[in-house]
Amino acid sequence: MAEIGLRSISKSFGSTEVIKSLDLSVSNGEFITIVGPSGCGKSTLLRIIAGLENQSTGDVEIDGNVVNKTRASERDLAMVFQSYALYPHLTVQQNLMVPLKLRRLSFLERFPIIGWFMPNRSSKLDEIVSKVQAASETLQITHLLDRKPGQLSGGQQQRVAVGRAMVREPVAFLMDEPLSNLDAGLRVHMRAEISELHRDLKTTFIYVTHDQAEALTMSDRMAVMMDGEILQLDTPHEIYNNPSTIRVAEFVGSPKINILKGECDEKGNLNCFGTKITDSIKLAQKGNVSVGIRPEHMQLVSSKDKNVIKGKIVYRENLGSDIFLHLTVNEGEQKIIVRSEPSNVINTAVGDQVMIGWDEQKVMAFDVDGENITMQ
Amino acid sequence: MNKRTNLGSEVGKHIILIIGALVVILPFYLMLSFSFKSPAEIQSISGGFFGAQEMMTDRKCLKAERSEEECTMLPIVYNYTAAFKEAPLLRYLLNGVIVTLSIFAIQVIIALPCAYALAKLNFWGRDVVFGLVIFCLLIPVHAIALPLYLMLAKFGLTNTFAALVIPWTISVFGIFLMRQFFKTVPDDLINAARMDGMSEFSIVWKVMLPTAIPALLAFAIFSVVAHWNDYYWPRIVITGDQDLMTPPLGLRMFKSDMDGNEYGPMMAAATVIVAPLVVAFLLAQRRFIEGITLTGMK
Ligand SMILES: Nc1ncnc2c1ncn2[C@@H]1O[C@H](COP(=O)(O)OP(=O)(O)OP(=O)(O)O)[C@@H](O)[C@H]1O
Ligand SMILES: [Mg+2]
Repeated sequence: MAEIGLRSISKSFGSTEVIKSLDLSVSNGEFITIVGPSGCGKSTLLRIIAGLENQSTGDVEIDGNVVNKTRASERDLAMVFQSYALYPHLTVQQNLMVPLKLRRLSFLERFPIIGWFMPNRSSKLDEIVSKVQAASETLQITHLLDRKPGQLSGGQQQRVAVGRAMVREPVAFLMDEPLSNLDAGLRVHMRAEISELHRDLKTTFIYVTHDQAEALTMSDRMAVMMDGEILQLDTPHEIYNNPSTIRVAEFVGSPKINILKGECDEKGNLNCFGTKITDSIKLAQKGNVSVGIRPEHMQLVSSKDKNVIKGKIVYRENLGSDIFLHLTVNEGEQKIIVRSEPSNVINTAVGDQVMIGWDEQKVMAFDVDGENITMQ
Repeated sequence: MNKRTNLGSEVGKHIILIIGALVVILPFYLMLSFSFKSPAEIQSISGGFFGAQEMMTDRKCLKAERSEEECTMLPIVYNYTAAFKEAPLLRYLLNGVIVTLSIFAIQVIIALPCAYALAKLNFWGRDVVFGLVIFCLLIPVHAIALPLYLMLAKFGLTNTFAALVIPWTISVFGIFLMRQFFKTVPDDLINAARMDGMSEFSIVWKVMLPTAIPALLAFAIFSVVAHWNDYYWPRIVITGDQDLMTPPLGLRMFKSDMDGNEYGPMMAAATVIVAPLVVAFLLAQRRFIEGITLTGMK
């Protein structure tokens, strides 16, 4: 277990700055997710923590010690790679034994032939084998121990990769999109397994993904990263309900949050194309704002007694449990999505004119710079 | 209709291939056939592939005042015993094995770390070094033979195994070939090994080497075949000492020892010399072809 700290880390490849003065503190035993679009520098950040890449400036701290000069092999972190990176020529069992052999056996004990005559070698090897056995039981891969990685499915390889990280009992786990090669069903299953592993081991986890569902479901805290900066670091609940900027709001949530052009009048009411959206939030500012309402906070309504927006259904997406209605509003100027239970929209069809209501408590507004001005 | 033209072109292709194969095989066929036949049959070109295998009497043997019975034998037996008796053929073969294997082993020990550094490590001047490797590929052996010989002579190494081995221990071709192969090994595999606690040297021998077996085999083929069959270099640095001669060199010495028309024993010796390569090829045929297609060379 370890605390990990990043102090104003930056990284440039040539003239392109990939990470810009980034700070992050991960506390002992925490499961933290770094989520962001492809190419935002997540893997680079993880590799800097691991010691596989040198930062241009800044410090990496593990348990309060600056480890900038410590080699990757001596930081005692374990990493699960996106491509699993199992040794193709070794069986699963041998793959799992490699990190233990390297750390438990002395140089001479590992040496071919000479090693066979070293006194402690066989007792240490027995210990290693039993550790591997225990780890493979936890991950349910005991029946695969004699196979080569090439003979395993993606999900099985992924477990072996986790196993190889696990046997060593490292101070922290670093995982780089370990589930991205799996099919949807297996991904959900492995999500649960990794969470469970974290509960069992109580070790620090830093988990990189571009899949916000993984970040929202698994983490204690999540960091939303874009263009080499962490935009917001908070619990999944806070990030979803109180995004600090419009970019975070747009990145987190599926389908994407609806953003409408709106303005604040003198009284501080929020209006979108002539319709009052809410007056429950008194805005300090006057002028143009972007109004954000999540699809599940909008619904089709029939009565006209409340404020409504008129829209036309252009597309109906049926997911079984939910239906996403794609609508055009404001005379076809803007598109929004409404997420609804199937029973509520059973009678709608593409081309229908409908009225849309929303939950006033959940409306967010962002100023021209994209800052959330309704943040609680 | 369609089928027939297909068949026609297939037959055509095969005829061309068969003619090509015959041209290549014919000298081998003659070598093998001569090694079986009696001198009379060789001179009159009779007796088919295997010869009649009539008992023959060796005149040289009779001169050595042995009984006629002792000197009478099948031509095939005569040819092969003569081959082994007239020259230290086994010695040549052993020398060939020692030289080719030491060359290959040292080449691997040097080429693998070099190739790893050139493919996977970032250091200042890497591209220049790689450029030099490419440049060295262009230097023909014959061009530097004289300076190499002078250097070895200065160190008093001519007429030693060292002279046969040392000039070939750094194989730029091997470095280039392995570097190209290492480029295709994913970085993550190396990073994973680092995270597991391996040193860079362990990575070369425990991760890169096992994944590079196909490339290494391809390299082994080129290296072993080239140095087993090499006549030019041993001819330069080995002068006289029979105990250091490699098979091709030995074969030449052997020829000058025999009187001109003793083709039988000579062809028997030649057969013995090419046999190891042919056997090795037959045993590892699939690997050979894999390896050669891997390098994209013909
Ligand atoms: N060795 C390198 N040299 C130059 N640029 C690099 C190098 N490695 C990464 N980059 C650049 O740095 C940026 C961040 O890369 P990184 O791999 O960290 O992205 P990522 O967030 O992990 O993306 P993904 O989700 O696709 O894995 C990218 O624009 C990439 O092109
Ligand atoms: Mg990545």
